[in-house]
Amino acid sequence: MGAPMSEHSTYTPGTGIEKWLDERLPIIRFSKEHLMDFPTPKNLNYWWTFGAILAIMLVVQIVTGVILAMHYTPNVAMAFDSVEHIKRDVNGGRIIQAVHSVGASMFFAAVYVHIFRGMYFGSYKAPREILWILGVLIFVLMMATAFMGYVLPWGQMSFWAATVITNIFGAIPVLGNPILELLRGGFSVGNPTLNRFFSLHYLLPFVIAAVVVLHIWALHVPGNNNPIGVDVKSSRDTVPFHPYYTMKDLYGVVLFAIPFAWFVFFAPDILGHPDNYVMANSQVTPAHIVPEWYFLPFYAILRAIDFNILFINSQLGGVIFFGGSIVILFFLPWLDTSKVRSGTFRPMFKWFYWLFVINFLALAYLGAAPAEGVYVILAKICTAYYFAHFIIVLPVLSRIEKPRPLPASISESVLGKAHA
Amino acid sequence: MNPDASTLALASIEFDLSAIEEGQSVTILWRGLPVFVRHRTQKEIDEAKAVPMSDLKDPATDEERTKPGHEQWLIMIANCTHLGCVPVGESGEYDGWFCPCHGSVYDTAGRIRKGPAPKNLVLPPYDFISDTLVQIG
Repeated sequence: MGAPMSEHSTYTPGTGIEKWLDERLPIIRFSKEHLMDFPTPKNLNYWWTFGAILAIMLVVQIVTGVILAMHYTPNVAMAFDSVEHIKRDVNGGRIIQAVHSVGASMFFAAVYVHIFRGMYFGSYKAPREILWILGVLIFVLMMATAFMGYVLPWGQMSFWAATVITNIFGAIPVLGNPILELLRGGFSVGNPTLNRFFSLHYLLPFVIAAVVVLHIWALHVPGNNNPIGVDVKSSRDTVPFHPYYTMKDLYGVVLFAIPFAWFVFFAPDILGHPDNYVMANSQVTPAHIVPEWYFLPFYAILRAIDFNILFINSQLGGVIFFGGSIVILFFLPWLDTSKVRSGTFRPMFKWFYWLFVINFLALAYLGAAPAEGVYVILAKICTAYYFAHFIIVLPVLSRIEKPRPLPASISESVLGKAHA
Repeated sequence: MNPDASTLALASIEFDLSAIEEGQSVTILWRGLPVFVRHRTQKEIDEAKAVPMSDLKDPATDEERTKPGHEQWLIMIANCTHLGCVPVGESGEYDGWFCPCHGSVYDTAGRIRKGPAPKNLVLPPYDFISDTLVQIG
């Protein structure tokens, strides 16, 4: 591992033009090194194809989004109708709009798999801390982008999502109110809010694309982690990215496209809420307001704090835990200090990992449940466990756990000792 | 990105209360914010007055929540102090308001009794010009 990036290439410019170009802007050499010849561990499983799936999803969202923006009107009087106009009148608009809105859900589904894969196989550990941090940053940007996109159709759920989420910033002491007015461009969510959200919703995907470039750059310095978490030791442990992983990734993309297409063609609204087919009304809040499914675990944490903590009131407390549940991910590389990367060789970590997954799913369920009775208590327990996993379980496991012996190399794990 | 001049040019509004029957409440718009105007029943006023201060998360007497001589009128900004949803009237276990978003419960004086909201429903600045005319803002 750790070989400088330029050593992998077998590129020799064939024609005079290629040679001329190579001396001025070696873009072909760069592409060949990073998209074709890049040495990739030969044991990557299908969980690793989600990186490529996510790259494709970003492109799908940007392309469909640019087309939608050609027909959308960011004005409170016309936004709702313009989305209906896209669905009914614009050529192919029904499908383009469905791809974009379902695409947001599929994007998050893929990013959750990608994140949880990284957590199981210890992909955040040295020397990939910055790679991980950039990934969390992309996740945060995705959440901001998805939220602002959800506001644009200007239905009831759009409006109240905008109200609730901007109010989160209002909980910040002293600066809360000025920030709130700055975000909304007024005293309440209204036309200025819709305009700036549209502007930012168009901008942020390109910021995401830029951070994705850094994410891939940070990936290509140490190279991929792999399911056994053992470093690449020789060229026998790797295969070139193309055609081995371009094909495997493409196959993953095709499989991923099947449920995606099913939603788009047969159930484009099943992941949304009927209330969003009612135009925004600032005087009535829908009876059951829940965010999109991909925000549910964090939403459950936000509302689990309904008590004052010392001098911190319940509103600010909820916001601190909500923010903290994401910020803590940035620190994961330093909370789990076990030298063994892959969960496969960590007998205790493995169980706690799955407990964390179940707890996360429980939080998602509780985020959608009404805030009453036993749900309130369960949400508090699950919130406490979410943080305990990072602050208590991982640091303690790193100290007391005895990992199983690691294979000597990737080749040995794939082929058995005799061939290695 | 701060509010522009057209947004800031929000003068105060006058509102005629005469059409609101006892036990009825309306929601009006002020500065783009929904405002509850509730004509309370005697039972609701008595209920609000009977609450000991020690039961309250954000203590305020019923007198502080209304204007003297006009105690039947409760005028409050209709956004839950948690994250701004509009609570549903005449519901929840304190006969006041229940917020459907995160389960905050307010009593018949709009005071927070339960749930994640930290404060009572906010009172806008307002004055009675006459017995039936109120100026908000």
